[in-house]
Amino acid sequence: MTTIQNDPVLSERPRRSFYERHEAVILGGTAVLVAIAIWQWAWSAGKISPLFFTGPSAVVKRFIEEWTMGRLKEDLAYSGTNFVIGVGAAILAGVVTGVVIGWYKRLAMIFEPFLTALYSTPRVALIPLILIWFGIGIWSKVFIVFINAFFPVLINTIGGVRSTDRDLLRAARAYCASDWQIFTTIVLPGAVPFILTGVRQAVALGLIGVVVGEMFGGSQGIGYMVNYGGQTFQTDTVFMGVVIIAFAGIVLTWLAERMERHFSRWRPER
Amino acid sequence: MIEIERLTKRYYVERDGRQVLALSEVSLTVRDGEFMAIVGPSGCGKTTLLNIVAGLIPYDLGSLSIDGTRIVGPGVDRAVVFQHSSLLPWRTIAGNVRYGMEMQKRFDASTMRERTEYFLKLVGLTGFDKHYPSELSGGMQQRVNLARALAADPAVLLMDEPFAALDAQTREFMQAELLKIWSQARKTVLFITHQINEAVYLADRVAVMSARPGHVKGIFDIPFERPRQLSLKRDPRFLQLEDAIWQLVEETPERIGMARTAS
Repeated sequence: MTTIQNDPVLSERPRRSFYERHEAVILGGTAVLVAIAIWQWAWSAGKISPLFFTGPSAVVKRFIEEWTMGRLKEDLAYSGTNFVIGVGAAILAGVVTGVVIGWYKRLAMIFEPFLTALYSTPRVALIPLILIWFGIGIWSKVFIVFINAFFPVLINTIGGVRSTDRDLLRAARAYCASDWQIFTTIVLPGAVPFILTGVRQAVALGLIGVVVGEMFGGSQGIGYMVNYGGQTFQTDTVFMGVVIIAFAGIVLTWLAERMERHFSRWRPER
Repeated sequence: MIEIERLTKRYYVERDGRQVLALSEVSLTVRDGEFMAIVGPSGCGKTTLLNIVAGLIPYDLGSLSIDGTRIVGPGVDRAVVFQHSSLLPWRTIAGNVRYGMEMQKRFDASTMRERTEYFLKLVGLTGFDKHYPSELSGGMQQRVNLARALAADPAVLLMDEPFAALDAQTREFMQAELLKIWSQARKTVLFITHQINEAVYLADRVAVMSARPGHVKGIFDIPFERPRQLSLKRDPRFLQLEDAIWQLVEETPERIGMARTAS
Protein backbone atom coordinates (compact mmCIF):
# COMPACT_ATOMS: atom_id res chain seq x y z
CA MET A 1 0.00 0.00 0.00
CA THR A 2 2.76 2.42 0.89
CA THR A 3 4.38 2.10 -2.52
CA ILE A 4 1.12 3.03 -4.22
CA GLN A 5 0.71 6.11 -2.05
CA ASN A 6 4.27 7.20 -2.71
CA ASP A 7 3.97 6.75 -6.43
CA PRO A 8 3.28 10.21 -7.90
CA VAL A 9 1.71 8.91 -11.12
CA LEU A 10 -0.69 6.51 -9.43
CA SER A 11 -1.77 8.90 -6.70
CA GLU A 12 -2.77 11.52 -9.28
CA ARG A 13 -5.61 9.33 -10.43
CA PRO A 14 -8.79 10.60 -8.75
CA ARG A 15 -10.00 8.14 -6.15
CA ARG A 16 -13.54 7.05 -6.75
CA SER A 17 -15.90 7.80 -3.88
CA PHE A 18 -17.41 5.11 -1.65
CA TYR A 19 -20.73 5.45 -3.48
CA GLU A 20 -19.17 5.10 -6.94
CA ARG A 21 -17.35 1.94 -5.95
CA HIS A 22 -20.44 0.28 -4.48
CA GLU A 23 -23.21 1.77 -6.61
CA ALA A 24 -24.84 -1.54 -7.56
CA VAL A 25 -24.93 -2.83 -3.99
CA ILE A 26 -26.22 0.46 -2.57
CA LEU A 27 -29.00 0.91 -5.13
CA GLY A 28 -30.05 -2.75 -5.06
CA GLY A 29 -29.86 -3.00 -1.29
CA THR A 30 -31.88 0.19 -0.79
CA ALA A 31 -34.58 -1.05 -3.15
CA VAL A 32 -34.91 -4.30 -1.21
CA LEU A 33 -35.06 -2.47 2.13
CA VAL A 34 -37.71 -0.06 0.81
CA ALA A 35 -39.80 -2.95 -0.51
CA ILE A 36 -39.60 -4.72 2.86
CA ALA A 37 -40.47 -1.49 4.68
CA ILE A 38 -43.60 -0.95 2.53
CA TRP A 39 -44.58 -4.58 3.03
CA GLN A 40 -44.11 -4.27 6.80
CA TRP A 41 -46.12 -1.03 6.86
CA ALA A 42 -49.01 -2.67 5.00
CA TRP A 43 -48.86 -5.66 7.35
CA SER A 44 -48.78 -3.53 10.55
CA ALA A 45 -51.62 -1.37 9.26
CA GLY A 46 -53.74 -4.51 8.94
CA LYS A 47 -54.18 -4.23 5.16
CA ILE A 48 -53.03 -7.83 4.58
CA SER A 49 -55.07 -10.92 5.39
CA PRO A 50 -52.93 -13.32 7.49
CA LEU A 51 -54.67 -16.25 5.77
CA PHE A 52 -53.37 -15.48 2.30
CA PHE A 53 -50.28 -13.43 3.00
CA THR A 54 -48.01 -12.43 5.82
CA GLY A 55 -45.66 -9.69 6.93
CA PRO A 56 -41.88 -9.50 7.43
CA SER A 57 -42.12 -9.28 11.22
CA ALA A 58 -44.34 -12.37 11.30
CA VAL A 59 -41.86 -14.30 9.19
CA VAL A 60 -38.99 -13.29 11.47
CA LYS A 61 -41.02 -14.17 14.57
CA ARG A 62 -41.92 -17.54 13.07
CA PHE A 63 -38.25 -18.14 12.23
CA ILE A 64 -37.11 -17.42 15.79
CA GLU A 65 -39.85 -19.67 17.22
CA GLU A 66 -39.06 -22.54 14.88
CA TRP A 67 -35.31 -22.12 15.36
CA THR A 68 -35.39 -22.12 19.17
CA MET A 69 -38.32 -24.44 19.92
CA GLY A 70 -39.38 -26.09 16.67
CA ARG A 71 -37.62 -28.56 14.43
CA LEU A 72 -36.24 -26.08 11.88
CA LYS A 73 -32.66 -27.06 12.65
CA GLU A 74 -33.44 -30.75 12.06
CA ASP A 75 -35.27 -29.91 8.84
CA LEU A 76 -32.35 -27.82 7.61
CA ALA A 77 -29.88 -30.56 8.45
CA TYR A 78 -32.04 -33.15 6.68
CA SER A 79 -32.40 -31.06 3.50
CA GLY A 80 -28.74 -30.10 3.62
CA THR A 81 -27.70 -33.74 3.84
CA ASN A 82 -29.91 -34.64 0.86
CA PHE A 83 -28.43 -31.81 -1.12
CA VAL A 84 -24.78 -32.49 -0.33
CA ILE A 85 -24.96 -36.25 -0.97
CA GLY A 86 -27.11 -35.91 -4.09
CA VAL A 87 -25.20 -33.07 -5.74
CA GLY A 88 -21.82 -34.49 -4.67
CA ALA A 89 -22.60 -37.88 -6.20
CA ALA A 90 -24.00 -36.19 -9.32
CA ILE A 91 -20.82 -34.15 -9.85
CA LEU A 92 -18.60 -37.19 -9.37
CA ALA A 93 -20.69 -39.45 -11.62
CA GLY A 94 -21.31 -36.70 -14.17
CA VAL A 95 -17.63 -35.84 -14.59
CA VAL A 96 -16.48 -39.47 -14.82
CA THR A 97 -19.14 -40.60 -17.31
CA GLY A 98 -18.87 -37.31 -19.19
CA VAL A 99 -15.12 -37.71 -19.68
CA VAL A 100 -15.50 -41.33 -20.82
CA ILE A 101 -18.38 -40.61 -23.21
CA GLY A 102 -16.75 -37.41 -24.47
CA TRP A 103 -13.47 -39.16 -25.24
CA TYR A 104 -14.59 -42.50 -26.71
CA LYS A 105 -16.75 -41.91 -29.80
CA ARG A 106 -18.16 -45.45 -29.88
CA LEU A 107 -19.36 -45.29 -26.27
CA ALA A 108 -21.03 -41.98 -27.10
CA MET A 109 -22.89 -43.62 -29.98
CA ILE A 110 -24.07 -46.43 -27.70
CA PHE A 111 -25.19 -44.29 -24.78
CA GLU A 112 -26.47 -41.20 -26.58
CA PRO A 113 -30.04 -42.48 -27.27
CA PHE A 114 -30.55 -43.37 -23.60
CA LEU A 115 -29.13 -40.10 -22.38
CA THR A 116 -31.18 -38.05 -24.83
CA ALA A 117 -34.37 -39.86 -23.75
CA LEU A 118 -33.63 -39.37 -20.06
CA TYR A 119 -32.50 -35.79 -20.54
CA SER A 120 -35.66 -34.85 -22.45
CA THR A 121 -37.97 -36.35 -19.81
CA PRO A 122 -39.02 -33.86 -17.15
CA ARG A 123 -37.41 -35.30 -14.05
CA VAL A 124 -40.53 -34.69 -11.97
CA ALA A 125 -42.31 -37.36 -14.01
CA LEU A 126 -39.88 -39.94 -12.64
CA ILE A 127 -40.58 -39.17 -8.98
CA PRO A 128 -43.39 -41.73 -8.51
CA LEU A 129 -41.09 -44.38 -9.96
CA ILE A 130 -38.24 -43.32 -7.70
CA LEU A 131 -40.56 -43.57 -4.69
CA ILE A 132 -41.45 -47.13 -5.71
CA TRP A 133 -37.76 -48.02 -6.00
CA PHE A 134 -36.34 -46.25 -2.98
CA GLY A 135 -39.34 -45.84 -0.64
CA ILE A 136 -40.19 -42.56 1.06
CA GLY A 137 -37.00 -42.41 3.16
CA ILE A 138 -33.92 -40.30 2.62
CA TRP A 139 -32.57 -42.29 -0.32
CA SER A 140 -35.46 -41.44 -2.62
CA LYS A 141 -34.84 -37.74 -1.81
CA VAL A 142 -31.13 -38.09 -2.46
CA PHE A 143 -31.80 -39.85 -5.74
CA ILE A 144 -34.19 -37.12 -6.89
CA VAL A 145 -31.49 -34.52 -6.17
CA PHE A 146 -28.95 -36.73 -7.95
CA ILE A 147 -30.98 -37.20 -11.11
CA ASN A 148 -31.69 -33.46 -11.27
CA ALA A 149 -28.06 -32.44 -10.82
CA PHE A 150 -26.45 -35.23 -12.87
CA PHE A 151 -27.38 -34.15 -16.40
CA PRO A 152 -26.01 -30.61 -16.48
CA VAL A 153 -22.64 -31.91 -15.22
CA LEU A 154 -22.67 -34.78 -17.72
CA ILE A 155 -23.68 -32.72 -20.76
CA ASN A 156 -21.22 -29.92 -20.01
CA THR A 157 -18.35 -32.35 -19.32
CA ILE A 158 -18.96 -34.12 -22.64
CA GLY A 159 -18.94 -30.76 -24.39
CA GLY A 160 -15.73 -29.76 -22.61
CA VAL A 161 -13.88 -32.95 -23.51
CA ARG A 162 -15.04 -32.77 -27.14
CA SER A 163 -13.82 -29.21 -27.52
CA THR A 164 -10.23 -30.23 -26.69
CA ASP A 165 -7.85 -28.09 -28.73
CA ARG A 166 -6.31 -30.16 -31.58
CA ASP A 167 -3.19 -27.98 -31.63
CA LEU A 168 -2.57 -28.70 -27.94
CA LEU A 169 -3.04 -32.43 -28.52
CA ARG A 170 -0.46 -32.29 -31.31
CA ALA A 171 1.98 -30.39 -29.11
CA ALA A 172 1.53 -32.89 -26.27
CA ARG A 173 2.12 -35.81 -28.66
CA ALA A 174 5.21 -34.14 -30.08
CA TYR A 175 6.63 -34.02 -26.54
CA CYS A 176 5.99 -37.76 -26.12
CA ALA A 177 3.13 -37.31 -23.63
CA SER A 178 1.49 -40.59 -22.60
CA ASP A 179 -2.30 -40.99 -22.92
CA TRP A 180 -2.63 -40.41 -19.19
CA GLN A 181 -0.46 -37.27 -19.37
CA ILE A 182 -2.51 -35.97 -22.30
CA PHE A 183 -5.65 -36.58 -20.27
CA THR A 184 -4.42 -34.84 -17.11
CA THR A 185 -2.58 -31.93 -18.75
CA ILE A 186 -4.70 -31.17 -21.84
CA VAL A 187 -8.15 -32.78 -21.82
CA LEU A 188 -9.14 -32.30 -18.18
CA PRO A 189 -7.88 -28.72 -17.66
CA GLY A 190 -9.50 -27.73 -20.95
CA ALA A 191 -12.81 -29.17 -19.76
CA VAL A 192 -12.70 -27.52 -16.31
CA PRO A 193 -14.56 -24.31 -17.30
CA PHE A 194 -17.28 -26.45 -18.89
CA ILE A 195 -17.46 -28.74 -15.86
CA LEU A 196 -17.82 -25.76 -13.52
CA THR A 197 -20.64 -24.35 -15.63
CA GLY A 198 -22.25 -27.76 -15.20
CA VAL A 199 -21.67 -27.63 -11.44
CA ARG A 200 -23.30 -24.21 -11.22
CA GLN A 201 -26.38 -25.53 -13.03
CA ALA A 202 -26.29 -28.71 -10.92
CA VAL A 203 -26.38 -26.66 -7.73
CA ALA A 204 -29.47 -24.77 -8.90
CA LEU A 205 -31.27 -27.87 -10.16
CA GLY A 206 -30.19 -29.89 -7.10
CA LEU A 207 -31.88 -27.32 -4.87
CA ILE A 208 -35.10 -27.77 -6.85
CA GLY A 209 -34.65 -31.52 -6.42
CA VAL A 210 -34.40 -31.16 -2.63
CA VAL A 211 -37.60 -29.16 -2.33
CA VAL A 212 -39.64 -31.16 -4.84
CA GLY A 213 -38.44 -34.50 -3.46
CA GLU A 214 -39.50 -33.63 0.08
CA MET A 215 -42.92 -32.55 -1.10
CA PHE A 216 -43.59 -36.09 -2.29
CA GLY A 217 -43.95 -38.30 0.76
CA GLY A 218 -41.76 -38.24 3.83
CA SER A 219 -42.10 -36.00 6.86
CA GLN A 220 -38.86 -34.05 7.13
CA GLY A 221 -36.96 -31.25 5.45
CA ILE A 222 -37.60 -27.71 4.26
CA GLY A 223 -39.67 -28.88 1.29
CA TYR A 224 -41.89 -30.89 3.60
CA MET A 225 -42.17 -27.90 5.95
CA VAL A 226 -43.34 -25.62 3.13
CA ASN A 227 -45.77 -28.21 1.81
CA TYR A 228 -47.20 -28.96 5.25
CA GLY A 229 -47.44 -25.25 6.07
CA GLY A 230 -49.46 -24.71 2.90
CA GLN A 231 -51.84 -27.55 3.61
CA THR A 232 -52.51 -26.23 7.14
CA PHE A 233 -52.77 -22.55 6.07
CA GLN A 234 -49.70 -21.49 8.09
CA THR A 235 -48.86 -18.80 5.59
CA ASP A 236 -45.93 -17.43 7.60
CA THR A 237 -44.31 -20.87 7.76
CA VAL A 238 -44.62 -21.18 3.97
CA PHE A 239 -43.05 -17.73 3.55
CA MET A 240 -40.26 -18.56 5.95
CA GLY A 241 -39.47 -21.72 4.01
CA VAL A 242 -39.49 -19.91 0.69
CA VAL A 243 -37.16 -17.22 2.06
CA ILE A 244 -34.76 -19.87 3.40
CA ILE A 245 -34.75 -21.71 0.04
CA ALA A 246 -34.23 -18.47 -1.88
CA PHE A 247 -31.39 -17.51 0.44
CA ALA A 248 -29.76 -20.92 0.04
CA GLY A 249 -30.09 -20.59 -3.73
CA ILE A 250 -28.43 -17.18 -3.77
CA VAL A 251 -25.55 -18.25 -1.52
CA LEU A 252 -24.89 -21.52 -3.37
CA THR A 253 -25.00 -19.92 -6.82
CA TRP A 254 -22.67 -17.19 -5.60
CA LEU A 255 -20.23 -19.80 -4.28
CA ALA A 256 -20.36 -21.74 -7.55
CA GLU A 257 -19.71 -18.57 -9.56
CA ARG A 258 -16.79 -17.68 -7.33
CA MET A 259 -15.31 -21.12 -7.91
CA GLU A 260 -15.91 -20.84 -11.67
CA ARG A 261 -14.08 -17.52 -11.79
CA HIS A 262 -11.21 -18.80 -9.65
CA PHE A 263 -10.52 -21.67 -12.04
CA SER A 264 -10.90 -19.48 -15.13
CA ARG A 265 -8.36 -16.84 -14.17
CA TRP A 266 -6.13 -17.78 -17.11
CA ARG A 267 -8.85 -16.79 -19.56
CA PRO A 268 -8.44 -13.47 -21.34
CA GLU A 269 -12.02 -12.27 -20.65
CA ARG A 270 -11.82 -12.24 -16.88
CA MET B 1 22.05 -35.89 -38.60
CA ILE B 2 18.62 -36.20 -40.20
CA GLU B 3 18.56 -38.56 -43.16
CA ILE B 4 15.47 -38.54 -45.34
CA GLU B 5 15.56 -40.94 -48.27
CA ARG B 6 12.99 -41.35 -51.00
CA LEU B 7 10.24 -40.56 -48.54
CA THR B 8 6.73 -40.96 -49.95
CA LYS B 9 3.44 -40.06 -48.34
CA ARG B 10 -0.03 -40.67 -49.78
CA TYR B 11 -3.32 -39.17 -48.69
CA TYR B 12 -6.78 -40.38 -49.51
CA VAL B 13 -9.35 -37.73 -50.21
CA GLU B 14 -12.24 -38.52 -47.89
CA ARG B 15 -14.92 -37.41 -50.35
CA ASP B 16 -14.17 -39.62 -53.39
CA GLY B 17 -11.43 -41.92 -52.15
CA ARG B 18 -9.00 -40.40 -54.63
CA GLN B 19 -5.33 -40.83 -53.85
CA VAL B 20 -3.15 -37.75 -53.52
CA LEU B 21 0.62 -37.96 -53.48
CA ALA B 22 1.64 -35.45 -50.80
CA LEU B 23 5.33 -36.32 -50.90
CA SER B 24 7.09 -38.16 -53.70
CA GLU B 25 10.53 -39.60 -53.06
CA VAL B 26 11.78 -36.72 -50.96
CA SER B 27 15.48 -37.02 -50.16
CA LEU B 28 17.25 -34.60 -47.85
CA THR B 29 20.12 -34.74 -45.41
CA VAL B 30 20.49 -32.26 -42.57
CA ARG B 31 23.94 -32.29 -40.99
CA ASP B 32 24.59 -31.98 -37.27
CA GLY B 33 24.39 -28.39 -36.09
CA GLU B 34 23.11 -27.24 -39.47
CA PHE B 35 20.29 -24.76 -39.99
CA MET B 36 18.27 -26.12 -42.89
CA ALA B 37 15.31 -24.20 -44.26
CA ILE B 38 12.67 -25.59 -46.56
CA VAL B 39 10.74 -23.18 -48.76
CA GLY B 40 7.87 -23.96 -51.05
CA PRO B 41 4.37 -22.86 -51.98
CA SER B 42 1.46 -23.77 -49.74
CA GLY B 43 0.35 -27.30 -50.47
CA CYS B 44 3.81 -28.53 -51.41
CA GLY B 45 3.88 -30.87 -48.42
CA LYS B 46 6.54 -29.05 -46.40
CA THR B 47 4.46 -29.12 -43.22
CA THR B 48 3.60 -32.76 -43.89
CA LEU B 49 7.32 -33.48 -44.15
CA LEU B 50 7.97 -31.75 -40.83
CA ASN B 51 5.14 -33.63 -39.13
CA ILE B 52 6.60 -36.90 -40.43
CA VAL B 53 10.05 -36.02 -39.11
CA ALA B 54 8.41 -35.09 -35.79
CA GLY B 55 6.86 -38.57 -35.76
CA LEU B 56 3.35 -37.18 -35.60
CA ILE B 57 2.14 -38.83 -38.81
CA PRO B 58 3.32 -42.03 -40.51
CA TYR B 59 4.88 -42.26 -43.96
CA ASP B 60 4.34 -44.87 -46.65
CA LEU B 61 7.65 -45.54 -48.37
CA GLY B 62 11.30 -44.63 -48.06
CA SER B 63 13.37 -44.24 -44.94
CA LEU B 64 13.83 -41.63 -42.26
CA SER B 65 16.39 -41.66 -39.49
CA ILE B 66 18.06 -39.36 -36.99
CA ASP B 67 21.64 -40.25 -36.07
CA GLY B 68 21.07 -43.67 -37.59
CA THR B 69 17.92 -44.46 -35.59
CA ARG B 70 14.78 -45.05 -37.61
CA ILE B 71 11.91 -42.73 -36.68
CA VAL B 72 8.68 -44.47 -35.75
CA GLY B 73 7.04 -41.82 -33.58
CA PRO B 74 7.70 -38.74 -31.49
CA GLY B 75 10.95 -38.84 -29.54
CA VAL B 76 12.95 -36.94 -26.98
CA ASP B 77 15.60 -36.26 -29.65
CA ARG B 78 13.23 -33.83 -31.37
CA ALA B 79 11.18 -30.81 -30.33
CA VAL B 80 8.70 -28.85 -32.42
CA VAL B 81 7.97 -25.13 -32.52
CA PHE B 82 4.50 -24.87 -34.00
CA GLN B 83 3.07 -22.09 -36.14
CA HIS B 84 0.36 -21.30 -33.66
CA SER B 85 2.01 -21.06 -30.33
CA SER B 86 -0.03 -24.02 -29.00
CA LEU B 87 0.77 -23.00 -25.45
CA LEU B 88 -1.42 -24.35 -22.67
CA PRO B 89 -3.58 -21.33 -21.81
CA TRP B 90 -4.16 -22.48 -18.21
CA ARG B 91 -0.46 -22.78 -17.47
CA THR B 92 1.77 -19.85 -16.61
CA ILE B 93 4.68 -19.02 -18.89
CA ALA B 94 7.06 -20.93 -16.59
CA GLY B 95 4.62 -23.87 -16.57
CA ASN B 96 4.56 -23.86 -20.36
CA VAL B 97 8.34 -23.76 -20.70
CA ARG B 98 8.48 -26.69 -18.28
CA TYR B 99 5.78 -28.63 -20.15
CA GLY B 100 7.98 -30.50 -22.65
CA MET B 101 10.46 -31.50 -19.94
CA GLU B 102 7.63 -32.61 -17.69
CA MET B 103 6.15 -34.88 -20.36
CA GLN B 104 9.51 -36.40 -21.21
CA LYS B 105 10.54 -36.98 -17.58
CA ARG B 106 14.23 -36.69 -18.33
CA PHE B 107 15.07 -34.10 -15.68
CA ASP B 108 14.43 -33.96 -11.95
CA ALA B 109 12.42 -31.14 -10.41
CA SER B 110 15.32 -28.86 -9.52
CA THR B 111 16.97 -29.27 -12.95
CA MET B 112 13.64 -28.44 -14.58
CA ARG B 113 13.41 -25.29 -12.47
CA GLU B 114 16.93 -24.23 -13.43
CA ARG B 115 16.40 -24.95 -17.11
CA THR B 116 13.07 -23.10 -17.13
CA GLU B 117 14.76 -20.06 -15.67
CA TYR B 118 17.72 -20.33 -18.04
CA PHE B 119 15.68 -20.61 -21.23
CA LEU B 120 13.22 -17.91 -20.17
CA LYS B 121 16.26 -15.67 -19.84
CA LEU B 122 17.65 -16.84 -23.18
CA VAL B 123 14.48 -15.84 -25.03
CA GLY B 124 14.32 -12.58 -23.07
CA LEU B 125 11.24 -13.29 -20.97
CA THR B 126 12.67 -13.16 -17.45
CA GLY B 127 10.02 -11.72 -15.15
CA PHE B 128 7.13 -13.05 -17.20
CA ASP B 129 7.19 -16.51 -15.58
CA LYS B 130 3.96 -15.98 -13.63
CA HIS B 131 1.99 -14.49 -16.55
CA TYR B 132 -0.51 -16.42 -18.61
CA PRO B 133 -0.11 -16.79 -22.40
CA SER B 134 -3.19 -14.63 -23.06
CA GLU B 135 -1.36 -11.72 -21.43
CA LEU B 136 1.52 -11.91 -23.93
CA SER B 137 1.81 -10.63 -27.51
CA GLY B 138 2.09 -13.04 -30.44
CA GLY B 139 5.84 -12.54 -30.69
CA MET B 140 6.32 -13.20 -26.98
CA GLN B 141 4.16 -16.33 -27.19
CA GLN B 142 6.41 -17.67 -29.93
CA ARG B 143 9.43 -17.01 -27.71
CA VAL B 144 7.78 -19.16 -25.05
CA ASN B 145 7.13 -21.80 -27.70
CA LEU B 146 10.82 -21.72 -28.61
CA ALA B 147 11.93 -21.81 -24.97
CA ARG B 148 9.68 -24.83 -24.35
CA ALA B 149 11.30 -26.66 -27.28
CA LEU B 150 14.88 -25.75 -26.29
CA ALA B 151 14.33 -26.61 -22.63
CA ALA B 152 13.44 -30.18 -23.60
CA ASP B 153 17.05 -30.42 -24.84
CA PRO B 154 16.42 -31.99 -28.26
CA ALA B 155 19.16 -32.87 -30.74
CA VAL B 156 16.95 -31.54 -33.52
CA LEU B 157 14.71 -28.50 -33.49
CA LEU B 158 11.77 -28.62 -35.91
CA MET B 159 10.18 -25.26 -36.69
CA ASP B 160 6.91 -25.09 -38.62
CA GLU B 161 6.51 -21.54 -39.99
CA PRO B 162 6.95 -20.17 -36.46
CA PHE B 163 6.80 -16.51 -37.47
CA ALA B 164 4.13 -16.71 -40.18
CA ALA B 165 1.39 -15.35 -37.92
CA LEU B 166 3.40 -12.34 -36.77
CA ASP B 167 3.36 -8.86 -38.29
CA ALA B 168 6.27 -7.91 -40.56
CA GLN B 169 8.19 -5.90 -37.97
CA THR B 170 7.89 -8.45 -35.20
CA ARG B 171 8.86 -11.16 -37.67
CA GLU B 172 12.10 -9.39 -38.64
CA PHE B 173 12.90 -8.87 -34.99
CA MET B 174 12.18 -12.50 -34.14
CA GLN B 175 14.37 -13.72 -36.99
CA ALA B 176 17.30 -11.76 -35.59
CA GLU B 177 16.50 -13.03 -32.09
CA LEU B 178 16.31 -16.61 -33.32
CA LEU B 179 19.79 -16.34 -34.85
CA LYS B 180 21.13 -14.93 -31.60
CA ILE B 181 19.55 -17.72 -29.55
CA TRP B 182 20.63 -20.36 -32.05
CA SER B 183 24.23 -19.16 -31.85
CA GLN B 184 24.13 -19.95 -28.12
CA ALA B 185 22.11 -23.18 -28.18
CA ARG B 186 23.57 -24.73 -31.31
CA LYS B 187 21.02 -27.30 -32.51
CA THR B 188 20.29 -29.01 -35.78
CA VAL B 189 17.35 -27.06 -37.16
CA LEU B 190 14.76 -27.92 -39.78
CA PHE B 191 12.89 -24.70 -40.49
CA ILE B 192 9.78 -24.58 -42.67
CA THR B 193 8.73 -21.28 -44.25
CA HIS B 194 7.03 -19.89 -47.32
CA GLN B 195 9.22 -16.79 -47.25
CA ILE B 196 12.37 -17.08 -49.33
CA ASN B 197 13.90 -14.02 -47.69
CA GLU B 198 13.42 -15.49 -44.22
CA ALA B 199 14.99 -18.77 -45.32
CA VAL B 200 18.05 -17.10 -46.88
CA TYR B 201 18.58 -14.87 -43.87
CA LEU B 202 18.42 -17.70 -41.32
CA ALA B 203 19.71 -20.86 -42.92
CA ASP B 204 22.98 -22.54 -43.86
CA ARG B 205 21.17 -24.26 -46.72
CA VAL B 206 17.77 -23.76 -48.32
CA ALA B 207 15.85 -26.61 -49.92
CA VAL B 208 13.19 -25.68 -52.46
CA MET B 209 10.11 -27.86 -52.62
CA SER B 210 7.43 -27.88 -55.28
CA ALA B 211 3.95 -29.27 -55.18
CA ARG B 212 1.85 -32.08 -56.62
CA PRO B 213 3.58 -34.24 -55.86
CA GLY B 214 5.76 -32.59 -53.23
CA HIS B 215 9.44 -33.11 -53.90
CA VAL B 216 12.77 -31.34 -53.41
CA LYS B 217 13.64 -29.35 -56.54
CA GLY B 218 16.97 -28.00 -55.50
CA ILE B 219 19.20 -27.08 -52.59
CA PHE B 220 21.06 -23.79 -52.21
CA ASP B 221 24.12 -23.14 -50.06
CA ILE B 222 23.88 -19.86 -48.20
CA PRO B 223 27.49 -18.65 -47.85
CA PHE B 224 26.96 -15.58 -45.63
CA GLU B 225 29.04 -15.46 -42.49
CA ARG B 226 27.60 -15.41 -39.03
CA PRO B 227 26.67 -13.49 -37.02
CA ARG B 228 24.37 -12.02 -39.64
CA GLN B 229 22.88 -8.55 -39.31
CA LEU B 230 19.44 -7.58 -40.54
CA SER B 231 21.16 -5.22 -43.02
CA LEU B 232 22.31 -8.35 -44.86
CA LYS B 233 18.85 -8.44 -46.41
CA ARG B 234 19.79 -5.32 -48.44
CA ASP B 235 23.13 -6.80 -49.59
CA PRO B 236 23.24 -7.32 -53.41
CA ARG B 237 24.56 -10.88 -52.98
CA PHE B 238 21.62 -11.63 -50.72
CA LEU B 239 19.16 -10.30 -53.28
CA GLN B 240 20.87 -12.26 -56.03
CA LEU B 241 20.53 -15.48 -54.09
CA GLU B 242 16.94 -14.70 -53.25
CA ASP B 243 16.31 -14.15 -56.95
CA ALA B 244 17.93 -17.44 -57.96
CA ILE B 245 15.75 -19.33 -55.48
CA TRP B 246 12.71 -17.44 -56.66
CA GLN B 247 13.42 -18.46 -60.25
CA LEU B 248 13.58 -22.12 -59.31
CA VAL B 249 10.27 -21.78 -57.51
CA GLU B 250 8.80 -19.88 -60.43
CA GLU B 251 9.45 -22.73 -62.87
CA THR B 252 6.59 -24.55 -61.23
CA PRO B 253 3.04 -23.37 -61.80
CA GLU B 254 2.16 -23.84 -58.12
CA ARG B 255 3.78 -20.69 -56.87
CA ILE B 256 0.63 -19.24 -55.41
CA GLY B 257 1.14 -18.57 -51.75
CA MET B 258 4.82 -17.78 -52.12
CA ALA B 259 6.08 -14.55 -50.73
CA ARG B 260 9.01 -13.10 -52.61
CA THR B 261 9.64 -10.18 -50.33
CA ALA B 262 7.54 -9.39 -47.37
CA SER B 263 9.64 -6.85 -45.62
